[in-house]
Amino acid sequence: MATVAAVIASTHHPFYYRASTSAGADRPPFADEWVAKIEAFRETLTRARPDVLVMVGSDHFHQLWLDNMPQFLIGKAPCYDANWYNEEREFGLPRMFLPGHEELSGYLLREGMDAGFDLAFSNELRIDHSITCPLITLRPGADLPIVPIYTNIFAPPMPQPRRFVELGRTIRELVESWPSDQRVAIIGTGHLSLELGGPRQFGPHGPDPEFDRKAVEWISSGDLDSALAQVSLDSLWQPGNATHGFMDFMLMMGAAGAGVKADYTDSLDLFHTMEAYFTWYPEGTAAR
Amino acid sequence: MSKYLVNKFLYTIDRDPELVERYREDPRGTVTWWEAERANLLLNCPGAERSTWLEFTGPEREALATHDYVTLFEMGAHNFLTLTLFIALFERDFEEPLAFQREYADRLSHWSLPYPDIST
Repeated sequence: MATVAAVIASTHHPFYYRASTSAGADRPPFADEWVAKIEAFRETLTRARPDVLVMVGSDHFHQLWLDNMPQFLIGKAPCYDANWYNEEREFGLPRMFLPGHEELSGYLLREGMDAGFDLAFSNELRIDHSITCPLITLRPGADLPIVPIYTNIFAPPMPQPRRFVELGRTIRELVESWPSDQRVAIIGTGHLSLELGGPRQFGPHGPDPEFDRKAVEWISSGDLDSALAQVSLDSLWQPGNATHGFMDFMLMMGAAGAGVKADYTDSLDLFHTMEAYFTWYPEGTAAR
Repeated sequence: MSKYLVNKFLYTIDRDPELVERYREDPRGTVTWWEAERANLLLNCPGAERSTWLEFTGPEREALATHDYVTLFEMGAHNFLTLTLFIALFERDFEEPLAFQREYADRLSHWSLPYPDIST
């Protein structure tokens, strides 16, 4: 059976690419510290020696639209073009071309339905920055085949937080049951407190530092009970109007396992949102 | 209210570089043209299969025609769609990085929770 080589959860900050590649007067003062943290985080994936990456993110109204909106969707294609015109325009992100892993996509799609998740699927999916940002940070060569999974954290009505946790748990179980000798990293990105298009956007730090502190504690300690007890679809509006992206962190907590402490935790308080990085090694850190 | 249609306008303009410039230069003309020619197009279907029932309310049409993102927020237009398009329209007019985004926040500063409902 396949091995889950690592479970990795992080924020996806679309400004990282430009900040890390800028120089001289254009280079923001926080860039060097940010790059150092990302390079240390990248090493946690490299050490796991993955063959395939299952990538969990959320389409930001690019290909998925309100006339036909899936709650959870898996890409099943031999390859994926990535990044969109408005992401080049606003963030300076490059166009990318990513290999896919159609066999694992097909396995997760079929077995997922049989395990209680009727995932929508796409045979022609253009990927956006929720998945390309973690590739840029964790695997900038983008040389490994991916299986993209999109969640709706964006367009109400959304699934309940517990469904995100259950999907993460199911993805983990299905990868572990995949008849293959491949090493699979499960990587997902979301947000801590975040406001976009509202009065609290782009402040000196994230809109709700207290939520961020609690969230990092829940994730790093695997405290799903507290997260599920304190987070609801309604409550997530309070820390910031884009904070439903935290449900993708909850999905990754489901993939990592209840009560399982992260083997690596780091964070960075940026000017309008907190960055956070977590890695679990299901085989144990000794194997790393 | 036709929040869906307002969102569809923001979405279809934002993803097309030519329409972004056209909407910046001639907002009222672009809204009029779009409502007549594009509002009822199903995005994944031939033109002959267009819808027949979508139109803006008067206040929605006026908010879009005047680049009034505060009113769009108050109507429940999707916060991400509005922000993304308006950054494309107006960020270039500000010298400091993120200055437009901060002005945008200031102009909404009379709002506290709960914000207008963005459900469609």
